[in-house]
Amino acid sequence: MERRWLVYPYHIWMLLFTVVPLALIFYFAFTVKGTYAFTLENIQQAASPVYLKVLWHSVWLAAVSTFACFIIGYPMAMILATCRVKYRNMLVVITIIPMWMNFLLRTYAWMTLLEKKGLINTVLSFFNIAPLQLLYTDGAVLLGMVYNFLPFMILPIYSVLMKMDRSLLEAAGDLGADAWTSFRRVTFPLSLPGVYAGMLMVFMPAVTTFVISRLLGGGQYMLIGNVIEQQFLAIGDWNFGSALSVLMMILIIISMGLLSRYNKNGNGGMLL
Amino acid sequence: MQDQCIINLVNLTKQFEDHTVLDKINLSIRRNEFLTLLGPSGCGKTTTLRIIAGFEQATSGKVLFDGEDISKMPPYKRRVNTVFQKHALFPHMNVFENIAFGLTIKKTPKDEMRRRVEEMLKLVNLEGFGERAVESLSGGQQQRVAIARALVNEPEVLLLDEPLSALDLKLRKGMQVELKRIQQRVGSTFIYVTHDQEEALTMSDTIVVMNGGRIQQIGRPEDIYNEPKNPFVADFIGESNILPGRMVRDELVEFAGREFVCVDRGIGEDLPVDIVVRPEDIVLVSPEQGMLTGVVREVTFKGVHYEMVIDTADGFSWLAQSTAMTPAGQEVGINIGPNEIHVMLRSDDVRGAV
Repeated sequence: MERRWLVYPYHIWMLLFTVVPLALIFYFAFTVKGTYAFTLENIQQAASPVYLKVLWHSVWLAAVSTFACFIIGYPMAMILATCRVKYRNMLVVITIIPMWMNFLLRTYAWMTLLEKKGLINTVLSFFNIAPLQLLYTDGAVLLGMVYNFLPFMILPIYSVLMKMDRSLLEAAGDLGADAWTSFRRVTFPLSLPGVYAGMLMVFMPAVTTFVISRLLGGGQYMLIGNVIEQQFLAIGDWNFGSALSVLMMILIIISMGLLSRYNKNGNGGMLL
Repeated sequence: MQDQCIINLVNLTKQFEDHTVLDKINLSIRRNEFLTLLGPSGCGKTTTLRIIAGFEQATSGKVLFDGEDISKMPPYKRRVNTVFQKHALFPHMNVFENIAFGLTIKKTPKDEMRRRVEEMLKLVNLEGFGERAVESLSGGQQQRVAIARALVNEPEVLLLDEPLSALDLKLRKGMQVELKRIQQRVGSTFIYVTHDQEEALTMSDTIVVMNGGRIQQIGRPEDIYNEPKNPFVADFIGESNILPGRMVRDELVEFAGREFVCVDRGIGEDLPVDIVVRPEDIVLVSPEQGMLTGVVREVTFKGVHYEMVIDTADGFSWLAQSTAMTPAGQEVGINIGPNEIHVMLRSDDVRGAV
């Protein structure tokens, strides 16, 4: 084809904004600060128990929020996919509308709700319940993650369920399966590509977030995202920050690999 | 009669919003027969089948199964199985798992399940295909898997919703013979939906011709073909010349500007009727010998015979078939024997349905 040059802008874009930054991160991760000397010290330091603990905590919180999104999102996706056409578009819009709002604003809104003198505690005080410590807890961070990333779970599952052939459910019923058996044996297995896609799309931003943990978790609350941010912006140790980033990247690649191994149908659900 | 029947449809009516799809259908289906619901698209045949299967609820009327009213019973409790138009095979299961689906739900023991599935694979000529993925099969093979998946449950009634419509002509002919063979082997009742009149004539014991949500005629294939009850049936089953006429008296009918001797009696005297003559029943002779004369307008070679369109002086265009070719533009004579003239009383009701 003579139109080859049409892909050059894409190549340039990829080079400038993906390949070069990645190369820089690897360069910083494996060099001594301020020199060009190769070292493994940064990686070793990043893999020390203190940081592994933070990393583990981040992975754990992200996994729990992913699971919560799945538990909440799957039924919602089913409702969206099975409701009458005239309500469907409205419900889809309601699902998406929060995403139109600024991410920070949404999270700040939760702060004012969860505060000591916030809306929830005010309501509770009417029932003579002492104010609860809601903000700056694991629970608040989880809530923020689930709230912010839930649409990323609902939409891929919804799109897979929508594409599913309804006659398959009729066939299952015809062959003697009641509603629950049809779901267990037909609907759910066929929606798995959407579930995997949704899990990736929730887990990724959840494990790397530093805004949600900063705002809802309080200053002292550390996730791996906060540590990396701190290294780059507060302490200014780009080399160590890069080493932590590399470690996290490896973790994400491993988790993607694990998920895609179960996802035999390729990335069917990723294409929304 | 009643005790021979496995399914009775009683005054079955179905309305979608204000559109009537089925209008008071009454039908008795005998045990072990191959019954075909035949009609153009939108005639209500698929809706009838879906109501029997339980996927649709009738607006009013009843479905009796062995005398028991099953109108409100969910599909999974009914003793019928369906072969779907687009197969509806489970894409995440292989051929064996698809066929075994119904048996696993009934918790059939492993070895019995294996035996019955293997038996089915043999019945539909797919031995050794058990481990294959469904997508790797051809359309015809998928259709046979769908049939096996339904039949393995030994249903008393098998419902087939245009199962062959996606196949090419040659495959379809082969499958028609195969389906009839399978039905005779397993000996259950088959209810078959199609719009293809040839398919219906080939396979059925009984044909139910439907149009506009109503049953037009019920009968054996020969009866439906030879004695169509109204112009719609005559036109839909095979090709026909249908023209208006007048019953003069018993055994004498007038159409196309002259009187013909026929065999119908007891219709009445001096009544408007419709006349049906099959193209293969028209005998072409020399113009001097013909009861009618006309000019050949069009000739089409159809393989076994030639098909000719002949215009007569009264303005009617006759469709005639003959193994001998008469070139276009030539004048010919048309002869019609008394046995070949089918007289149908014209009723507004039937007219309205056409």
